[in-house]
Amino acid sequence: MSTALKREDTALRVSAQTRRRVPWGQYVLWVVLGLGSIVMLGPFYWMAITSLKTQSEALAFPPTWWPQKPTLDNWRGLTNLTFGSFTVFFRNSVFVTTIVTAITLLTSAMAGYVFAKLQFRGRDLLFWFILGMMMIPFTVSIIPLYALMSRLGWRNSYLSLIVPIAFTPFGIFLMRQFMSSLPNELIDAARIDGAGEFGIFFRILLPLSTAALSALGIFTFVSQWDSFLWPLVMIDDVSLFTIPLGLAQFRGRVGTDIGATAAGAMLAVLPVLIIYLAAQRQFVDGIALTGIKG
Amino acid sequence: MQSNSATPSGASAYPQRRPRPRHDQRLFIAVTLIPMLLIFLIFWIYPIFDGMWGSLTKWQGFNPNRQFIGLENYRTLAEDPVFIKSLANTFWFTVLYMPTNIVLALLLALAIEATGVLRTFFRTLYFLPVVTSVIATALIWKWLYQPQLGLFNQMLEMFGLPAQRFLLSRTQALPSIVVYTLWKDVGFTMVLFMAGLKGIDRSYYEAAYVDGASGWQAFWRITLPLLRPTFVFVLITGMINTLQIFGPIFVLSGAQANSPPGGPSNSTMVVPVYQWLTAFNELNLGYGAAMSIVLFLIILLVTLAQSRLLRNQDY
Repeated sequence: MSTALKREDTALRVSAQTRRRVPWGQYVLWVVLGLGSIVMLGPFYWMAITSLKTQSEALAFPPTWWPQKPTLDNWRGLTNLTFGSFTVFFRNSVFVTTIVTAITLLTSAMAGYVFAKLQFRGRDLLFWFILGMMMIPFTVSIIPLYALMSRLGWRNSYLSLIVPIAFTPFGIFLMRQFMSSLPNELIDAARIDGAGEFGIFFRILLPLSTAALSALGIFTFVSQWDSFLWPLVMIDDVSLFTIPLGLAQFRGRVGTDIGATAAGAMLAVLPVLIIYLAAQRQFVDGIALTGIKG
Repeated sequence: MQSNSATPSGASAYPQRRPRPRHDQRLFIAVTLIPMLLIFLIFWIYPIFDGMWGSLTKWQGFNPNRQFIGLENYRTLAEDPVFIKSLANTFWFTVLYMPTNIVLALLLALAIEATGVLRTFFRTLYFLPVVTSVIATALIWKWLYQPQLGLFNQMLEMFGLPAQRFLLSRTQALPSIVVYTLWKDVGFTMVLFMAGLKGIDRSYYEAAYVDGASGWQAFWRITLPLLRPTFVFVLITGMINTLQIFGPIFVLSGAQANSPPGGPSNSTMVVPVYQWLTAFNELNLGYGAAMSIVLFLIILLVTLAQSRLLRNQDY
């Protein structure tokens, strides 16, 4: 016992010594990581200043590192492009993303509660089945799903973007894992006090699950805001375009219409960026926790 | 806690109160699971079987009649040069992307963990591209790569170096997209490694240093072996995501507004993009469905390899 303590003691002293010796190494690290940061942030900076440049300045050589005659023309132009208006795209994106996120949070929490805390026959089998569904890549179902949507007449309708993901295996899994960790005693006590199941869920479990809900909410919001392949297949009507679909129209115009491209890209990036900088811890933890990219 | 004492006595003292909540519970379960099962069966399970069946048929866009043709689609696929090229491109993409991604992410994780005060600052910064839109950032990179006016060539010119064709070159297009993907994703892998590093017990290092181990030895003998689960996870999720890459290739390839993605000369063609072109441009749904089944089988193999790799570490 005493030797173990002594060992720990020397170990602490050793690490303290090394820590004291490092400082110049720290500066090297900061410089290297700082240079790397330029690479990481550079494209965003370039996008931001290009969106504020005049057409001739954006195409000038040598490039200017700061807009000489800052202008909002590119931003104003976004409302009046040959293929539509980003005001509409933005509104559509906010609408779809908000609805999908709200539905996902509610249904995942409800199903998570059912699988974590309620007893019924076949519960574990069903849960394993849902886990298995997580392994199905979307590329497998996209073509038959397209055919199904055509038959339902849901193409060019937000129903096709919302209804199929009203429940997601991933959300259910995440909420079930979290709710399993909440003590049963709380629920039992509430039942004894005469609380109904819906009361228990909304008044006790939901408030206790805010950590998991915010992680799931952020993940869902970011991946929906960025969702591209499925909307691309489903939506042809420009008045229903979301921001990624609108942006994709710039795909072949990058060389000619760079100011508008940069402004449109900024519009897609800014909302997420603001939320990210305000709540970066929840973002990083949430997305790392989910283990799946947006 | 107080609830601890309430449970056993409460449960046995008022058994007659149990039935009413049970009815409630059944209602809650029904309200949740009936819509869930409907959604899953209609929009998740049925399409898989429909797709499997569809891959065995001649299935043209708006014609609802599907004519059974057996394995014909798969036989065509095995000899389709574009499909084979797509698989080869995915392979080379993975070869270029995975090792670079893992090494860069691990170095960043170690460096940022070592910075102390600035840890959160750098982590926030390097993670930033992960949360931002694929389409938006890919457009900006397309502009950076632009041969005449893009920043990369302008910088090369300033240093007196020859201009490159990047995305318009058959040999440079795929690596250029890999570089963009690394920029976008390295922060994600880095955060996974940071979580893995945090999970390693400090006392291993302390014991090693007391026994006279160098920092280098500690890294090779402690850090790397104990990060194994993280490596496996990063490798497998990375491969599955790479097999399904669509957005970056869709945006970055193709110079003109009407040039299809996957170019130049199919040098950046991958299965999801080829599938999209086949099914939704040429409306050859049956052939596209066959591609998705092949892709699914490959992903399944990768997933199975993961469970094998994870199981082996117990020994």
